[in-house]
Amino acid sequence: MNAKPITKFTTVIPVWEPRVTPVKLNEASQEQLEAMKATPSDTGVGAYVLVLAHDPKTLQERTPLFNGIMYSHGGLSRSETELGAVAASMVNRCIYCAAVHASRYNQLTKDETVIEGLFDAGEDTELDPRQQAIFNFATKLSRCPSEAGYADMKQLIDVGLGMDEILDVILTASLFGWANRLMHVLGDPIASE
Amino acid sequence: MEDIFNSILLKSAGISGDHPLAPVLSGRNEIMRLTQTSMGAVLQPEPPEGLCHSERAALACRIARLNDEELMASYYEAMVPENSEFKAVANPAFVELHDQRLRAILRYTDLVTVDPKRATESDISALKEAGILEADIVRLSELIAFLAYQIRVVQGLRLMSDAARRDA
Repeated sequence: MNAKPITKFTTVIPVWEPRVTPVKLNEASQEQLEAMKATPSDTGVGAYVLVLAHDPKTLQERTPLFNGIMYSHGGLSRSETELGAVAASMVNRCIYCAAVHASRYNQLTKDETVIEGLFDAGEDTELDPRQQAIFNFATKLSRCPSEAGYADMKQLIDVGLGMDEILDVILTASLFGWANRLMHVLGDPIASE
Repeated sequence: MEDIFNSILLKSAGISGDHPLAPVLSGRNEIMRLTQTSMGAVLQPEPPEGLCHSERAALACRIARLNDEELMASYYEAMVPENSEFKAVANPAFVELHDQRLRAILRYTDLVTVDPKRATESDISALKEAGILEADIVRLSELIAFLAYQIRVVQGLRLMSDAARRDA
């Protein structure tokens, strides 16, 4: 397979082609299987998880942490959590993560205009004040070094986010600082047939 | 129950158990706990495999400095033994010229920390060509990526804490 990687943001989820040889399920150690929550006969384990299984100790902790930040009850709404994930993924140009979380955002909100605007015009897109504050903060925190400052935090407070919601914005943007550095670096997004 | 306020994360952010934001952090207790256990997994795994604990700590310190995060950098630097061959790695200005393995690791660490969008297939090939095992490439990537997360949580929490204080 020598298809060229996708370089433009899309809401169509690509195929992830690893740059590192994935662990073979039938050769996986007990520790690797436990970290993947898989059995040797599983057919549904994706290439990404099989690559991360090279470091089972980290995968074991990372999976519940990822799910805890993305899907816990309370705090920031699901769709706004997805928006934070998209912001980070755009800074890091992780086409795969951006596609997954942009399409979830669209499903949850039944509104495709926000993501369309972001993918077309990037940070210059006009959003409603609350979305703008979340997207802006997540974008600035994702840079290296972080460019988020007091004014960006104040913007979150001024549009009415509670401290529990702000904590979730921080956690989500930061989490994608982690996820993007694996997904974008260890593999290529290829157009699905 | 482990006390999340004893974690390097909340200590670096300056949030103790009697801070006005403590109840908000306690509401995400499990995430704080998993952040701490993830840190153990990337910095001090047993066995350490192809990246020893001092090398991991020195890289963590370097990454913190690349993020202008001196407080966390000092914490990680203290984990590098004085006589360690990796002491110099903690300084982002240090460039390895001779050892191909370390040179490739530093180049990759700096790129993925500062500008991950520029990482390409050739950056992974460069690690392989320097003799680094694929499993160690994943371990190194998890270390770099975890630090990107942890440092941002700390820096975000400091802004939150600052705002809470100005509001009070």
